Amino acid sequence: MLLFLLRRVGVMLATALCLTFVVFYLTNLPAKLETLAKTQAGARMTDAEVQSWLVRNGYDQPMLVRYGEWLGVLPGWTREEDDGTMRGRCIARVDDPAAAPDRCGILQGYLGHSTRFRAPVSDVISARLGATGWLMLWVVIVMVPMALIVGILAGMREGSRTDRSLSTFAIASTATPEYVSGVIFIALFASTVVGVSPLLSSIGLLPENTALFQGNARSALERITFWNFTLPVMTIALYGMGYIARITRASMTEVMTQQYIRTARLKGVSFSNIVLKHALRNALIAPFTVIMLQIPWLLNGVVVVEVLFSYPGFGWVLFEAAVNNDIELLLAASMVAVVVVLLTQLISDIGYVFLNPRIRIS
Amino acid sequence: MEPLSWFDIIGRILWQFMPVWIALVLTFALSITYRRKLGLYGKLFDSRIGMVGFAIVAFWLFTALFADFIATHDPLAQGRGMRNAWPGDPMRRAAEGAYEYYLLGGDTRARDIFSRAVMGAREVLMIAPFAAMISFMIGISLGLPAGYIGGRLDTGLTFVANLVLAFPVILLFFLLVAPEIQATAIPTVMAGVLFVVPVLFFMVLFNSRYYIQPFKRNIYVGLVLIFGFWAYSGLAFNADPLGFWGMSPNMLNVFVAVVFVNAPTVFRIVRGITMDIKTRDYVAAAQTRGEGPWYIMLWEILPNARGPLIVDFCLRIGYTTILLGTLGFFGLGVSPESPDWGSTINDGRSVLRSHPHLALVPALSLMSLVLGLNLLADGLREESLKD
Repeated sequence: MLLFLLRRVGVMLATALCLTFVVFYLTNLPAKLETLAKTQAGARMTDAEVQSWLVRNGYDQPMLVRYGEWLGVLPGWTREEDDGTMRGRCIARVDDPAAAPDRCGILQGYLGHSTRFRAPVSDVISARLGATGWLMLWVVIVMVPMALIVGILAGMREGSRTDRSLSTFAIASTATPEYVSGVIFIALFASTVVGVSPLLSSIGLLPENTALFQGNARSALERITFWNFTLPVMTIALYGMGYIARITRASMTEVMTQQYIRTARLKGVSFSNIVLKHALRNALIAPFTVIMLQIPWLLNGVVVVEVLFSYPGFGWVLFEAAVNNDIELLLAASMVAVVVVLLTQLISDIGYVFLNPRIRIS
Repeated sequence: MEPLSWFDIIGRILWQFMPVWIALVLTFALSITYRRKLGLYGKLFDSRIGMVGFAIVAFWLFTALFADFIATHDPLAQGRGMRNAWPGDPMRRAAEGAYEYYLLGGDTRARDIFSRAVMGAREVLMIAPFAAMISFMIGISLGLPAGYIGGRLDTGLTFVANLVLAFPVILLFFLLVAPEIQATAIPTVMAGVLFVVPVLFFMVLFNSRYYIQPFKRNIYVGLVLIFGFWAYSGLAFNADPLGFWGMSPNMLNVFVAVVFVNAPTVFRIVRGITMDIKTRDYVAAAQTRGEGPWYIMLWEILPNARGPLIVDFCLRIGYTTILLGTLGFFGLGVSPESPDWGSTINDGRSVLRSHPHLALVPALSLMSLVLGLNLLADGLREESLKD
C-alpha cells in the first residue's frame, strides 16, 4: 500500500512537472510576452520599448533558465538599475534587498507575483479557491444525491416507464453544457422582462420589476443566499449529474439481475427493502469512482459559470489570468488543477479498494 | 407593417425549413422500407429513442446542407434599425425582394438571428464530425498497438495520454487557441503530426491485408498516398496546389486543439477494448496462422470493436460540438463575424436579461443537436447490444 502511494505520488510529480513546463512554454512565447508587456505598460508601446520592458523585468533570459528560476533550482535574476537600486525576482518580496534570498521558486514555497492582480499569487489563489470551494460544496451537495436518486429510481425497474423518462432526462442533462443551461436559467428566472418573474409579479407574488433569482452571484462572496447561489449551482450540477445518473443506473440494473437479489425476492423481502438494504450497497461502488473522477471535469463548468454569473472564484481567476497572460498565476492555477485531478484519481482508486474488498492493489 | 404574431412566426419558420422536411420524409420513408437490409443503421429504426435522435441529427444535417435556401437574410448583413429587434419584427424599408421580417429578431449588431442560427449549423457540422473522425483515427492507431503489444510502448503512450487528460480542457484552450499562437509554428507542426496519422492508418490498413497480392496492394496504397497527401498538403500546410483543401489559420488552430483534447480519451477506450479482445480465440487462430501484428489489430480486432466505437463516435461528435461552443463562448479562435453558436451565445450575453432571444436561439440549437447525437448513440447502443 505504501509503495503504491509512493509510486502514485511520483507519477503525480512527473505529471505536474511536464504540465507546468508546457504551460510555461506556451505562456513565454515571444508574441505572448509582447502581449504581457503591452497589457502591463501601455498598449501603444513601440517594439523597442517592449524589448526594454522585457529586459528590465527579467524576461530576456533563455526560457529554460527562467523555468529553473520559477522552480527554485536556479538563482533568481537580479539587475542593477541606473539609479543604483537593485531589482530582482526575489528582491521584490522583501524590504531590504540585501536580505533577499538567492533562490525563490516553488521549491522555496514562493509561487510568484501576479501581474494582473498586482499581488502575490499565493494570496490571489487562496482567496479565490475559498470562493470556489463554497460553490463546489453546494454543487456536490445538490448534484450527488440528485444523480444517485435518479439513477437508482431508473435502474431498479429496468425498462419501466420511470426508467425511460428518467434515462431521457439524464441524457438531456448531459446534452446541456453550462453555457446553455446558464443562459436558459438566467432568461427564465433572473429577467424582469421575460420568463417566470413577470408572471409572478402580475399575480402579485413578487413586487414589480424584480427578478425571482439574481443573475449575478457577486453578492454571494459576502453572504450566500438561496436567491444568489441557486442558479450558478444548478447550472453546474445539471451538466454533471447526467453522467453520474447514467452510471448509477447501469450499475443498479446489473445488481438487480444478480442471484442474491432473486433469492431475497423469493424469501419474500419487500421490494423497498431489497433496493435499500441489498442492492444499494453494491450498486454504489461504480458511481463513487465516477463521482470522484467527475470533480476535475467540473472545472470547465466552474470557469464558464463564474464568468457568466461574474462570481470571482478560481475559474474567474483562470479566465482573467489567461486573457492577460499572467504567467505565474496561470502556472499556479494549472498546478492546482493538476493536483486536484490526480488527487481525486488517487482517492477514487483507494476508495474503490475499500468499497470492494474483492479487489487488491498489486 | 405590424410585427408577426407567435403563430405566424412558427408557421413561417416551418415553411422556411421546407427543404429539410422533404429530405427528412424521404430519408425516413426509404430507411424504414429497406431497414432489414441496412444492418446496424436499419436496426436503428426499431428503437424509438434511436429514431428520435436520428431525426434530430438528420434535421441539423439537412439544415447545414440547405442553409442557403433556408436562411432569410445574409447572416452578416445589418438591417437598419433592427438592433435587438424582437422576433417577428418587420424590416424597416426592406430592399426590393428581400425577406420582410426578422423571424427570430435581430442581434446586437442588427443581424438576423434566424439566419445566423441556420448558418451556424453549417459552421459546427463542418468541424465537429471531421474533428471527431481524426481523433478516432489517432486514438485507434495508437490504442491498438498499446493494447495489443503492451509493455513499454503501452506504459509510455498511457503516460502521455494521462498527461493530456490531466490538463484542464479549458486551460489548454486558453493557451493553445490564441492569436499569438497562430502566429507561431505550433498549430502547423501539430497539424502536420496529427493529420499524417490518417494517411498512415489507411496505408497500413491496406498493406497488411494485401501485401501478398502486390498488384492490388500497390493500387490501394498508391491511391491512399496520392489522395492522402493531396488533402494533407492543403489541410496541414494550406499548400494544396489545386486549392480544393484548405483551412484558415483560425480554423486550423481550433481543429488541432479539439483533436488534441479528444484523441487521448479515444486512445484509452480503444486500448481497453483491445486488451479485452486480444484474449479471444479468433485472435489466437490468426496468430497461429502466422498473420502479422498489424493484420490482427486492423482486420481481426478493430472490426470486432466497432459496436462500442460507433456509439462513442456519436457521443464524441456531441462532445466536440460542446467544446466548439465553449471556445466560441470565450471568443477563442473564431472570427468576430462568425455565426457559430458558441460565439452568438457570447454576443447575446450582454443583453441576456432584457433580450434573451439573442442567446436562447443558438443555445437551444446547440442543445438540440447534442441531445440528438446522444439519443442516437443510446439507440445504437441498445440495438448493438441485442446482437
